[in-house]
Amino acid sequence: MTARPLAVVGASAAGLAAAETARRSGWTGPLTLIGDEPHLPYDRPPLSKQLLHGTWESERLLLRTADQLAPLDLDLRLGTRATALDAATRTLTLDDGARLACAGIVVATGVTARTLPGADALDGVLTLRTLDDAVALRARLAGAGHRLAVVGNGVLGCEAAAVARELGHEVTLIGRDAFPMARAVGPEVGMLLAEEHRTRGVHLLTGDVADFLTGPVPGTTGGVRLTDGTEVPADTVLLAIGSDPAVDWLRGEPALDTTDGLRCDAYCAAAPGIYAAGDVARWDHPLHGVPLRFEHRMNATEQGMAAARNLLAELAAETAPGPDTPERRPFAPVPYFWSDQYGIKLQAYGLTADADRTETTVLDRAARSAVALYGRDGAATGVLAAGLPPRQVRALRAVVATPQPWEEARARARAVLAPA
Amino acid sequence: MKITVAADACCGAGQCVLTAPEVFDQRDEDGTVVLLDGTPPAERHDAVREAAALCPAGVIELHA
Repeated sequence: MTARPLAVVGASAAGLAAAETARRSGWTGPLTLIGDEPHLPYDRPPLSKQLLHGTWESERLLLRTADQLAPLDLDLRLGTRATALDAATRTLTLDDGARLACAGIVVATGVTARTLPGADALDGVLTLRTLDDAVALRARLAGAGHRLAVVGNGVLGCEAAAVARELGHEVTLIGRDAFPMARAVGPEVGMLLAEEHRTRGVHLLTGDVADFLTGPVPGTTGGVRLTDGTEVPADTVLLAIGSDPAVDWLRGEPALDTTDGLRCDAYCAAAPGIYAAGDVARWDHPLHGVPLRFEHRMNATEQGMAAARNLLAELAAETAPGPDTPERRPFAPVPYFWSDQYGIKLQAYGLTADADRTETTVLDRAARSAVALYGRDGAATGVLAAGLPPRQVRALRAVVATPQPWEEARARARAVLAPA
Repeated sequence: MKITVAADACCGAGQCVLTAPEVFDQRDEDGTVVLLDGTPPAERHDAVREAAALCPAGVIELHA
């Protein structure tokens, strides 16, 4: 075995899964895990849920304790950012000046929150991506009677709005789409969510932010002004307007395609010895025929595991090919995401965004219980369930695990919902 | 192998049941994990390890 390390860039869910899988799969050489945040790997979904709410403290978000990480024998470099990658020599440059010639690399740098011009100059305009972001937002929401404007009504904006409302604050949720999460789950489910947010007392506005208002104290925010002139006064503005793949550090390497993420093949390989996983990876899903990139928690783990296994298989084939050399396998997961808002849990399998056909069945409007089937080009590709028992949710997953003709999938979904 | 689950942190994704259905189940009411077999036989250890690794809330703990 070579003394060159296997390096994982990004120490969140995908990076950790890649590092653990590399060890479990027999990598005995040096294993370097590089993370730009100062924290041990932690879980992000609770940031906009339990952490923001105050029911969990930061320590609870750690994916592994220091004791649990110890057996991995990691060269753990936290608070360290990779600034360049040379694909031909598999060499990383780090912001502390170190250069790391690697046996193989897994890129798991995730995404960064988008912001708006002028946001940095104002106190009280925040994004929510990191633990530090969430702690800062939570601190502002301590006490009562705060006015929060949430810009962006996707998953993150909706969850944060729900928590802030539960904490008793005055919340305005502003989105380009009339219905919350419409881009991800379609207008009918979005309408159901809109009803719930309204019932809970959230003000819903459709529009686009033109600029920030300033508060009574110089340098603080006073809310936002929309392009139609509507003013939304607020003490805190949360920008939840999506994110961009963290690929800027790779742009100097012409061998890599960094258009909307790091482009990979079906094996999650971006170049020989270079793999990607998690929010940053755009790969060819073998069953869907289009390059996909997911910012979903489950995908981070699954793809981290797959990328590490495939990288090790490639390295084994390079150094000591033989009959026992493991084969690389295409990464073909059934995508999954969930969202918790108030008492509602949405769960979706497969592809729900960019559908050209959606059929939503509201089972109980008051209970916000519904099922939706999503399709594209005549095939059913995704399903969403709200307020359904887990057995039915798992059965619906099977319906879209591989894309199949719309009518067949529709009939199977109906059979799942039919009373026994 | 001994398994424990921190059910209060479970997010109800159901990945454990899909991976190791003999060992895990979900409560009907809220999808929270139910441990069916805390000391599964050796032939299920691989599936249980996979389930623990996949769990998006990291609530499945394995003890030697």
